[in-house]
Amino acid sequence: MALDKKGIAKRIAQELRGGWYVNLGIGIPTLIANYIPQGIEVEFQSENGILGMGPFPYDGEEDADLINAGKQTITALPGAVYFDSALSFAMIRGQHVQLTVLGAMEVSENGDIANWKIPGRMVKGMGGAMDLVASAENIIVAMMHTNKKGESKLLPNCTLPLTGVSCIKKVVTNLAVLDILPEGGFKLIERAPGVSVDEIIAATSGKLLIEGEIPEMVIEE
Amino acid sequence: MNKVVANVKEACEGLESGMTIMLGGFGLCGIPENCIAQMVNLGINDLTCISNNAGVDDFGLGFLLQGRQIKKMISSYVGENDEFERQMLSGELDVELIPQGTLAERCRATGAGIPAFYTPAGFGTEVAEGKETREFNGKMYVLEKAFEPDFAIVKAWKGDTQGNLIYKGTARNFNPMMASAGKITIAEVEELVAPGQLDPNQIHTPGIFVQRIFQGEKYEKRIEQRTVRIKG
Repeated sequence: MALDKKGIAKRIAQELRGGWYVNLGIGIPTLIANYIPQGIEVEFQSENGILGMGPFPYDGEEDADLINAGKQTITALPGAVYFDSALSFAMIRGQHVQLTVLGAMEVSENGDIANWKIPGRMVKGMGGAMDLVASAENIIVAMMHTNKKGESKLLPNCTLPLTGVSCIKKVVTNLAVLDILPEGGFKLIERAPGVSVDEIIAATSGKLLIEGEIPEMVIEE
Repeated sequence: MNKVVANVKEACEGLESGMTIMLGGFGLCGIPENCIAQMVNLGINDLTCISNNAGVDDFGLGFLLQGRQIKKMISSYVGENDEFERQMLSGELDVELIPQGTLAERCRATGAGIPAFYTPAGFGTEVAEGKETREFNGKMYVLEKAFEPDFAIVKAWKGDTQGNLIYKGTARNFNPMMASAGKITIAEVEELVAPGQLDPNQIHTPGIFVQRIFQGEKYEKRIEQRTVRIKG
């Protein structure tokens, strides 16, 4: 069965390593904070200006001066720090953040990403996404494999305006984990539980590389 | 040096139609509420506003949009505002969207006397169209320029009469860089104190960057997305 959004978040959480500073985008990536593997310590950066972001506050304890990049009320963990936007993006562009996870509308087989604009519709803006994808060493895209019309979001080339070029190295979808190879192409690494390789082939319009047996993801309930 | 002005009216003297104005804040967090209200009262228009966001329909810069006082917005993200969307789609409002980190750095550069800088953000996208690009160490970068604002308006938690400022939590955001960038910088604070009342070790914006400071009459500090967990 294909994963739900929580399942995608759980699978990406397995990629976390102790000691990492991590920036999570809005949507599925935000859920990852709920599934940090036991025994490792990571710290979450939100680009509006906090390191050491904690969970949502208890009802009645919200602070208008303490929000995340999605403008949601949050808390700060012991050891947290606040900073201005220039310093925040110095952390990002300067590659001090070890992992960035964000959503996408399209990803191409050479690692381009489109996630900020659909021509003809109201454009809300790129926020920090262009800075994040242009700089991070390690970017994972969390998204559904196909769009609402059932069309593949893993393409030979993006059709929408780009957010960044040749920057994505890993994609985790409801169907599969795929690495994007330096020479181009989506290499199939894992299948979602019960999803066949044929289903993934059918849902992928970009170049797909399949070598040997493809294992199933191990996702804890 | 004493930077105190009596009230918001005096603080906003000299703001005129057609000016370029920087306004601090991220979403509704850390926005200069009192000065925005005064800009509505002044009825000035044709403004170019540099601000990460454009408020919501009935708060923040949304007030200026309602009165069609803004000609152009320079922002990184402008969702959550129906009137903004209407004016943008009808062509009444000019909008320049730039990456958030580039916006922050352009503000910082403005205050720091740096006319332009290279950033990797936006290379290969429409953001880089018409701009100089250059390779450094095998990677491509886009040349981005400082702004030329007439005024910068920021909001801090505490300030002293010398214009020294301390921000609270994530309300800091764009305020420090914008404070450094204004030809005239207006700081509104929740609490105005005498010199010596703020610890010099803890000051975020030194008073040298601030020309006018006043204590805001009231702060609503509206929350845009109230998210909570249940006590279990």
